[in-house]
Amino acid sequence: MHELSITQSVVDAVCERAAGRPVHKVTVQVGALTAVVPEAMRFCFELAAEGTVLAGAALEIQRCAAVVHCRDCGADSQPPDLILLCSCGSADVAVTAGRELQILSMEVG
Amino acid sequence: MCATCGCGDTHVHAHGHVETLEQKVLAKNDALASDNRAWLAGRGILALNLMSSPGAGKTTLLERTITDIGARRPVAVIEGDQETDLDADRIRRTGCAVVQVNTGAGCHLEAGLVRDALITLDPPAGCLLLVENVGNLVCPALFDLGENSKVVIISVTEGTDKPLKYPHMFAAADLVVVNKTDLLPYVDFDVERCRSYARSVNPGVRMIALSATTGDGVGAWYDWIAATPVARA
Repeated sequence: MHELSITQSVVDAVCERAAGRPVHKVTVQVGALTAVVPEAMRFCFELAAEGTVLAGAALEIQRCAAVVHCRDCGADSQPPDLILLCSCGSADVAVTAGRELQILSMEVG
Repeated sequence: MCATCGCGDTHVHAHGHVETLEQKVLAKNDALASDNRAWLAGRGILALNLMSSPGAGKTTLLERTITDIGARRPVAVIEGDQETDLDADRIRRTGCAVVQVNTGAGCHLEAGLVRDALITLDPPAGCLLLVENVGNLVCPALFDLGENSKVVIISVTEGTDKPLKYPHMFAAADLVVVNKTDLLPYVDFDVERCRSYARSVNPGVRMIALSATTGDGVGAWYDWIAATPVARA
């Protein structure tokens, strides 16, 4: 599954920044539109962190809801599924949130 | 209760200080993809990332494409599979330059693997580079390889509602190809309804229905390739 590759990327990036210091917690942001399953990421994190300065660290996953801005009516709405429609019914939308996949912070030392 | 953070754990655990990273998880892959994109643009190469379920007909479509247009436009191929050289062997038999990437347990190609393949393959300037991703309708959508366009292929045996069931992949597509139209008389597949499902997750996406085996409808595929602009460096 791709969560293993993605989680490995998280571990690699944090290890690099930690530069040998022990890491106690990592906080990541996962948007609802990213096709990343948090439970799978959690499972993979434990595996990927083994033997690194992240071993035993807690993983906090902040979920971000999908938000679209409608080019027709100007409203911002949160589509309940992956069919990205404004609440007015228009499909002419720009995604303004929900695609985040980033490492926010780490707790080190 | 932990005296430092107030959580309910009874064991002692360490606390340090928080450092902000705000770094994209896929930063490394995206950087490599960007390098690939620049390299390809510098050589005027049109790179297509072909994705589908296993068995939708990607390799057969590649074989037909190479056979039909290879004389007037050089084609090069990067094949992605977990194991074996079987697909690369099929491509090799057409006389086309090809490199096989084996991902082992991996379920998708990533930019680093494509970079290594490009070094080995050394595709000629101005060619059409066809990257056949690992058969998988889920994971490949997440990983930018540095391609011009993403082509998602489904076959008529997979069900009309495929785009709704795998929305992430179809939302990422620049083109949807419906293959195996020669089997339409024998299966319950509605091309127009599939097109509307694809457009519900990807408004305006183009769909081409064809048969890689018989050649029916492939003209529209070649026209789309010819009309797709190559990024300039």
